[in-house]
Amino acid sequence: MADRNEPLSQIKSRRDAALQALVAGVPFIRWLGIHFDRRGNELTAVLPFDEKLIGNPMLPALHGGATAAFLEIAAIIELSWTASWADVEEGRLIPDPTDPSSMPRLPKTVDMTVDYLRSGLPRDAYARARVVRSGRRYASVQVEAWQDDRARPIAQATGHFVMPKNG
Amino acid sequence: MTDATDGPVKIDRAQQFITALPYARALGMRIDELGEGVAVVSMPFADHLVGDPHSGVIHGGVVSALMDTCCGAAVLSHPSVRSSTATLDLRIDYMRAAKPGQRLSARAECYHITRSVAFVRAVTTDEDSENPVASATGAFTIEAPRHG
Repeated sequence: MADRNEPLSQIKSRRDAALQALVAGVPFIRWLGIHFDRRGNELTAVLPFDEKLIGNPMLPALHGGATAAFLEIAAIIELSWTASWADVEEGRLIPDPTDPSSMPRLPKTVDMTVDYLRSGLPRDAYARARVVRSGRRYASVQVEAWQDDRARPIAQATGHFVMPKNG
Repeated sequence: MTDATDGPVKIDRAQQFITALPYARALGMRIDELGEGVAVVSMPFADHLVGDPHSGVIHGGVVSALMDTCCGAAVLSHPSVRSSTATLDLRIDYMRAAKPGQRLSARAECYHITRSVAFVRAVTTDEDSENPVASATGAFTIEAPRHG
């Protein structure tokens, strides 16, 4: 059980370190400019708009492949974050923000089905993922992305993943 | 891309189309074959596209961008399509990790088309073309041609 009197700064730095260690080691996440907002254990992935993400210059609209990658990254990080939360909180895992190997390896994607609901505008996009089922070997995750209006998602996806061994 | 010009001219025009898409250009995509609802699009490996720092394997999201673009090109190359297209849905199965450092190549085929929807499937391989890296099936819109 977590210590109620643990200093708040220590709690925050542990959780931020865990998130940083999960994300920082992945070159493609950095190249896309994706970062994660954290409120307690709730994560929101943020994809800041960039010219290179455009797939239809006439509209203009985000490339479907950029949206799909964003959803997949949001799902993988959420899954890994959720799976390691208890170990981080209870001190069984000591995350080092500069060392990705201080956290478990990321799950591997088996499949992703993406529904494109609206064309992505040339603006920032946000995504939240929900782990629907997480077992020792397999997990199923749903994820949704939106832009200006949370009630008007631009895309949603379901993915299946294989969990890393030993963690 | 719907006129009856010969292959190389058509590929040139399609390549211009692809390099006009910033995301496809940023990933270095190249059209290798195109026509009659079939497209082959390839792209090089790059260190900044890696998704697993432990193995150096390219991120799945890169493979989906390649297949999405390739499927879209296949739809636009179909003789009965005279307008633009957008992805309705795309399912991707990741069969194995692509070899780090190797070029990826996707082949998409628009196997059925109605007035409003095109059904497409695609396969991606690395330089070992016998063992697919990933496959995809998707539905694409056929936008109504604009009048005037």
